[in-house]
Amino acid sequence: MTITTGEFPYAVEMRDIVLRFPGVLANDHVNFTLKKGEIHALLGENGAGKSTLMNVLAGLYRPESGEIKIKGKPVTFNSPKDAIASGIGMVHQHFMLVPTLTVTENILLGLKEPRFIMRLAKYDKKILALQEEFGLKADPSANIWQISVGEQQRVEILKTLYRGADILILDEPTAVLAPQEIEELMQTMRILVDQGKSIIFISHKLNEVKAVADRLTVLRKGKATAEGIDPQGLSRADLAELMVGREVIFQIDKKAQVPGEVVLEVDKLSTTNNRGLAAVKGVSFSIRQGEIFGIAGIAGNGQSELVEAITGLRESEGSIRINGVEVSNCSPGKAINCGVAHIPEDRTGVGTAPNLSVTKNVIMKNYTESPISNGWRINYPAAHDHAVDLKEGYDIQTPTVETQARKLSGGNLQKLILAREISGKPQLIVAMQPTRGLDVGAIESIQKLLLEQRSNGAAILLISEELDELLELSDRVAVIFNGELVGQMDASQADLNTIGMMMTGSLRSNE
Amino acid sequence: MKFPFRITFENRTEEVPKWMPLATSLGAVVAAFIINGIVLWLIGSNPFRVYKFFFNASFGSWGAFSDIVVKATPLILIGLGYSLAFRMKIISIGAEGQFYMGAFFASLVVLVPLVPLDSPKIVVLTLMAFMGILGGALYGMIPGILKAYYNVNEIITTLMLNYVAVYWNNYWIFGKYSDAGFQMTPTFDKVAWLPRLADLASKYPFFSGITLHLGVVFGLVAAILIWLILKYSRWGYEISLIGDNPKAANYAGINIKRNIVLVMIVSGALAGLAGMSEVTGVVHRLQEKISTNYGFSGVIVAWLAKLHPFAVIPVSILFGALIVAGREIQPSGISFLIQGTILFLVISSDVLLRYKVRISRRQEEVA
Repeated sequence: MTITTGEFPYAVEMRDIVLRFPGVLANDHVNFTLKKGEIHALLGENGAGKSTLMNVLAGLYRPESGEIKIKGKPVTFNSPKDAIASGIGMVHQHFMLVPTLTVTENILLGLKEPRFIMRLAKYDKKILALQEEFGLKADPSANIWQISVGEQQRVEILKTLYRGADILILDEPTAVLAPQEIEELMQTMRILVDQGKSIIFISHKLNEVKAVADRLTVLRKGKATAEGIDPQGLSRADLAELMVGREVIFQIDKKAQVPGEVVLEVDKLSTTNNRGLAAVKGVSFSIRQGEIFGIAGIAGNGQSELVEAITGLRESEGSIRINGVEVSNCSPGKAINCGVAHIPEDRTGVGTAPNLSVTKNVIMKNYTESPISNGWRINYPAAHDHAVDLKEGYDIQTPTVETQARKLSGGNLQKLILAREISGKPQLIVAMQPTRGLDVGAIESIQKLLLEQRSNGAAILLISEELDELLELSDRVAVIFNGELVGQMDASQADLNTIGMMMTGSLRSNE
Repeated sequence: MKFPFRITFENRTEEVPKWMPLATSLGAVVAAFIINGIVLWLIGSNPFRVYKFFFNASFGSWGAFSDIVVKATPLILIGLGYSLAFRMKIISIGAEGQFYMGAFFASLVVLVPLVPLDSPKIVVLTLMAFMGILGGALYGMIPGILKAYYNVNEIITTLMLNYVAVYWNNYWIFGKYSDAGFQMTPTFDKVAWLPRLADLASKYPFFSGITLHLGVVFGLVAAILIWLILKYSRWGYEISLIGDNPKAANYAGINIKRNIVLVMIVSGALAGLAGMSEVTGVVHRLQEKISTNYGFSGVIVAWLAKLHPFAVIPVSILFGALIVAGREIQPSGISFLIQGTILFLVISSDVLLRYKVRISRRQEEVA
């Protein structure tokens, strides 16, 4: 062990990290180094071991072997507290904020100071000063629910800075942001490194990595396939190959086809959100057979409520007709019977029952129909065969169909949901964020499945925050802002800039 | 000096072995007896003698064992009802009230009377069973409807309705149907007594004094039915889906509100049948305190059985033993103490199913 004095070469040095989960080698002799004042991007598919590696660094897991040095000093983290004390701060993809508290209160949450009397005004000032220093604007006295997602993210970053972090881990920070907000985040990241912080940036997107990262590490199946390389010379295909281990075809094979009859007709639809506030305001559109209609927008602009109204999960005003039959305010069961398939936004919270088996999850929509249903009984042998068919037909990776659904990876869970929904031969597929958080391989197969359904004549409503994907898959696109559709156009004529401006409400056009 | 070992809890990433839930439950029971042994020792008794006495009072003879099964009978029915509700994450604690309502409705058959008392025994008893089920079911339906359609917390409503049922019962036995001013009704005509083994004593002297009655058969049949429903039926599938993820169930088109009411009705019906079985099989009249907290012990039974219908049976017998032995022991609170400790430990032992406990030697702190 050499003790370096003065300037240390690396802020973080992880050598030969090995961590095994039952049956999986999550980290297989991984090396990762972060220089002081650099942005180091970490890429990999889901399950490649990125989160595991970062959780080791954040003190949540202890590696079986390997060495971690922070600022040149070997450390052993027994808990996240130790990691925070060493200056490591993690910004999770899902924010850990209390919506009814103010920005300042959220930042102070869990700290020893202030002890009893809050004296918020004093701390508001402290936090303002911190904001000045790093260019992270967020009104300290505003409640979290009042501020935008981008601001909430800044609060998360401020939280780690206030705790004295100088090594920041940002876990897919751009996934929840609009294009303009992403640009702001990148500026923030540059300011942070200028001020001497070091950043680990987890991302799926090459253009972002190229724009902001100094170096790049790629993990695949627990092993590093690239260690600290320069991202500039890389192409999208090179990167995909590093991540997936084979060539990935990015060209989406969308055949030109003439749409058929109108399947879904939504007319002046309005509905409220869980807090009783107007969420969808007089939206009208229609989708034909063999057509994909995409809706772009930043999360929370009424997409969820719109989808729930169409699938019978939420009460609404106005009219929803499927093949001419009025279905507004009908039960979810009725919508299913009308041939509506729903790929929900929340795979684990809505789309599946995590502790039940794969079999029990795939019969969710057809357990009342023969052959799965046998009078009052469920024909479990038939259900089992159905599950095995879907597992093989849709390449769902699971040891057996009796495995609990929660043991499946995100991509496989999504394949399970798609298999279940598509096997019902739907007239209309409502897909909300169908590829979010999935790895390249899974995205490819999900997109293929949707296009197959398009060729089979299904009408598809696609809601996604991934603009590239939305434009590539859709025949027509619309932008939703603040509960209204602020523009509908042919996907072939849409341009990213216009849509980005519509998403933030700075432009509207109604053809 | 620091404690040389570090105890950490880690999330279980692998499958819990099949034997684990059984082992932790048994461990919880054993631990409860050890803890209570310490309590007994602290108050100056000899725990070994107390437990030996306990055992003899409950499993010492066929007569004693039959007493236990008699006590276990209402627990089986109530425990099954709770298991069904808990599987759907409905935390009902209303079996006590439903039990009283079942007993009251069943007693009406004799007290009003609803049929001439010279009718055949089978007619009278069938009607009483039907009335008991009806009483419990209606009484379970009330909190069910409140929960499903008005989102009223079922813990509060079921708990409060327990008191209502007890006092409702008291009103009738002190008032209209009182036996000469005592807080009980006159003894029922023998036509309303469930057959018991002692009835056969003239033919088989071995059964003399054996109090075991037909009610236990109700319990066993109910256990089989509930098991079949949970394992094979569409309704059982809906219950498991709602219990695991109500949002997914709603998304799958299942009517959750109707299922909440239905489960509360069935759960209440089982408790009502337990009430009927108790008045016709044991006390043979309606009176105060026909339940020795069956409605509350049933909660522990259901949890200790891990909501499995067949496991409810042996667990009920264990609790029957605690009730029987508890009568023989001073201070009489000991058996409730043991019940309480068991519930506490059983619920805590779930930690072991969700986390791995790792004990490691503390490493030298890095300077």
